[in-house]
Amino acid sequence: MAASLNGHSNGSGHGNGSASSAGAGTADIVARAQALFDDLSFTAARAWKDAGPDRKVVGYMPIYVPREVIHAAGFLPLGILGGGDQLEVIHGDAYYQSYICRIPRSTIELGVSGRLDFVDGMLFPSICDVIRNLSGMWKTMFPNVYVRYFDVPQNYRDDIGGNYYVNELSELMHDLGTLRGRPITDEELRASIAVYNENRRLVRALYDFRAERPWQVPAAEAYLILRAGLVLPVEEHTALIREYLAAAGAEERPKRDNCRVVVTGLFCEQPPLNLIKSLELAGCYVVDDDLLLVTRWLTEDVPLEGNPLQNLALAFLHHSESTAAKYEPNLKEKGQHLVRAVKRSGAEGVIFASPSFCDPALLDRPMLQHVLKDAGIPYIAFKYAENSGQMQPIREQAGTFADSIKLWSGT
Amino acid sequence: MTTIVTPKAAPAKEVVKDDSMVKQKEMMAAHYDRLTSASETGAKVVSTFVPGNLNELIMCFDLLNNLPEVNAIQSGLRRQSGAYVLEAEKIGHSEDVCTYVKSDVGMMAKGNIGPNGKKLPNPDALLLSYTGCFTFMKWFELLREQYKCETIMLHTPYMGDGKITPNMVEYMVKQIKEEVIPKLERISGVKFDIDRLREYLKKSAKAEDDLVHVLKTAKNKPSPIDAYFGGIYYIGPIFGAFRGTEDAIDYYRFLRAECEARLAEGKGPVTPDGDMGKERYRLVVEGPPNYTNFRQFWKMFYDEGAVVVASSYTKVGGVYDLGFRHDPDKPLETLAEYCLGVYTNRSLPMRIEMLANYIDEYQADGLLINSIKSCNSFSAGQLLIMREVEKRTGKPAAFVESDLVDPRYFSAANIKNRLESYFQMIEQRRAGGRAAA
Repeated sequence: MAASLNGHSNGSGHGNGSASSAGAGTADIVARAQALFDDLSFTAARAWKDAGPDRKVVGYMPIYVPREVIHAAGFLPLGILGGGDQLEVIHGDAYYQSYICRIPRSTIELGVSGRLDFVDGMLFPSICDVIRNLSGMWKTMFPNVYVRYFDVPQNYRDDIGGNYYVNELSELMHDLGTLRGRPITDEELRASIAVYNENRRLVRALYDFRAERPWQVPAAEAYLILRAGLVLPVEEHTALIREYLAAAGAEERPKRDNCRVVVTGLFCEQPPLNLIKSLELAGCYVVDDDLLLVTRWLTEDVPLEGNPLQNLALAFLHHSESTAAKYEPNLKEKGQHLVRAVKRSGAEGVIFASPSFCDPALLDRPMLQHVLKDAGIPYIAFKYAENSGQMQPIREQAGTFADSIKLWSGT
Repeated sequence: MTTIVTPKAAPAKEVVKDDSMVKQKEMMAAHYDRLTSASETGAKVVSTFVPGNLNELIMCFDLLNNLPEVNAIQSGLRRQSGAYVLEAEKIGHSEDVCTYVKSDVGMMAKGNIGPNGKKLPNPDALLLSYTGCFTFMKWFELLREQYKCETIMLHTPYMGDGKITPNMVEYMVKQIKEEVIPKLERISGVKFDIDRLREYLKKSAKAEDDLVHVLKTAKNKPSPIDAYFGGIYYIGPIFGAFRGTEDAIDYYRFLRAECEARLAEGKGPVTPDGDMGKERYRLVVEGPPNYTNFRQFWKMFYDEGAVVVASSYTKVGGVYDLGFRHDPDKPLETLAEYCLGVYTNRSLPMRIEMLANYIDEYQADGLLINSIKSCNSFSAGQLLIMREVEKRTGKPAAFVESDLVDPRYFSAANIKNRLESYFQMIEQRRAGGRAAA
């Protein structure tokens, strides 16, 4: 929204000037983000690492890790999201049965093919059994890499889940300090929290802006801008979003007669970029989604005063996104995040796009659909894989959905 | 002594069962009768899961323990699960997800009739022991939506680094003390008595000793037990609603004596077709079995003289053979450590080590993996497990695929072909070994 944009127009000036040049149009900025997206060798992250003798890179998988702790060690957090539709999976398929989703096999492919040979550590968040077990596979296959399964609490009491999580964070902080050769200080962590607070504010501003004027921020562009944040240093990414928002606000793009939808289920294995584009081509403006949740997992600024680990823990417990991998203790609250997302973004319907064989998304789906039905919100559902190539059926389904909303939503 | 039991579903063929199997069947039948008569007796019911089953704690509140996984298994064995799975898919559940869940959801949709032909009660509480399987969380969220009853989360952290840390235990004990117990007190109206818990835990440990003794008889040649197909019977009481009871102590004492008698007589396991013939292959098996074609699957083994001497599936409700016992001296900590240590809560490297050790300790010819389509907790990573175990032991491994309770994923011809090839491979290795010697 305009208020959010104005709120960040005088940001603290992070960014080292290597982001897009001042005054660049959206096309240039998006082209840079697209180049980062296309690069399966992680050239930018390798270059970052090569720029200093003590630099280290720590990879992480969806959906959430506290990147602040990695950043506080002076390391580069690197989001690993599988191989997309451009990676030929040769070795990875030999590690998985046909009924397991695609992201672990293409991630294994990235590892086995040497594309991640510069990565010093890998974090596997608590999301599902497949990613959980991948942590053990990584330990076995890459014994020289620091590997941690990063567990988060499913109990949200400060003195129970909170204490547990503070200790888990503390262990991670200790481990990364050991990897660096000297402990991470609270001051370093506070500074990193500040940097990520700013980044999250910009991400929220991007989402608000898109919800307000989706024709100005095509879903594929928003995705690429966001995705760049998984390979760039956070300061550069913050600058990139700021530039994109300025450029997108300055350009006038044609407004189509599209309906407005929230897309959900995309929180782990990534949809092909063409799928995101296809939804808009089919007549659906994406006004909210659960893509790349790590970039906005914490929904409010993390306080800078006091114990930084405690602050991160409390933010996780009380101010974080809802998703299938997270337990909802209150039956009445189940699925309400989706209803709120629809209302907040002015959406007219929901598209459930889930990766094939994704237990969390697919098991959650019926419950969310019941909530939407009760709220009178229309929805459709389909499945995809990161390498899905045939978009026509999805385009037809989304197009029919858009038509039905346009034709019948008032009746 | 063995007893001839004639099953209702297959009148043409007599099924041979150990006395222990008959005894267990009676125990299970009595338990289902207690459950299905709960509305008449006024008993309250809590549903929970096998991994992380806190039966001793549940009994402290006079609650009846209902295990949806076991209900799904019963539906599978009775060939009812296929229709239940289809029913769940018809009402919106994806064909991709866990069939235990869908069998349970479908069973609910079709009236929730238990194995004794009577309606299972609606639970008064769902004790979500979130241990070793992410699907459990979604499963009980789905049940909560139906039953609208209290759901108590007990989160068990995963042993990703191969160890139980003080932080994990403290987290779990605090959940048990400050969340689980007060809620169970409120639901049941029974005040928690820690000494009562200690008594149950003492009984658990006794039965666990005997179970371990039984499992370890498979180190003998020939093995008097089949530790997978037979093992599934052996774990029934202790993984279910009987751990901590006198019934369980009696059952495992009886089972132990039975196995020792078979051992003394030099006998192999009892199969549905009677005593197994000559033991030709000794296998370690990873992964759950298929339940829809359980006997057919088992027959493919015993017809070839293959006996399973150790299995991982019989450790999903507790890894007792590696030393864990419920400890009455630290009642809440022991419940936490129990949950943390179950097989599916162990990291992949721990599982690899465990299986490789089984092959050595039980002098097995190799590892067979039955990969279950709908169980990612077990299945994701099994192909790496297979390679690593082969590499470490030098013994051949094989891989078959099926499903827990979805009959669409049981292809008898495929499995049989693969097993026959595997047995040939073992023979060739042996011949190669003899030639080298």
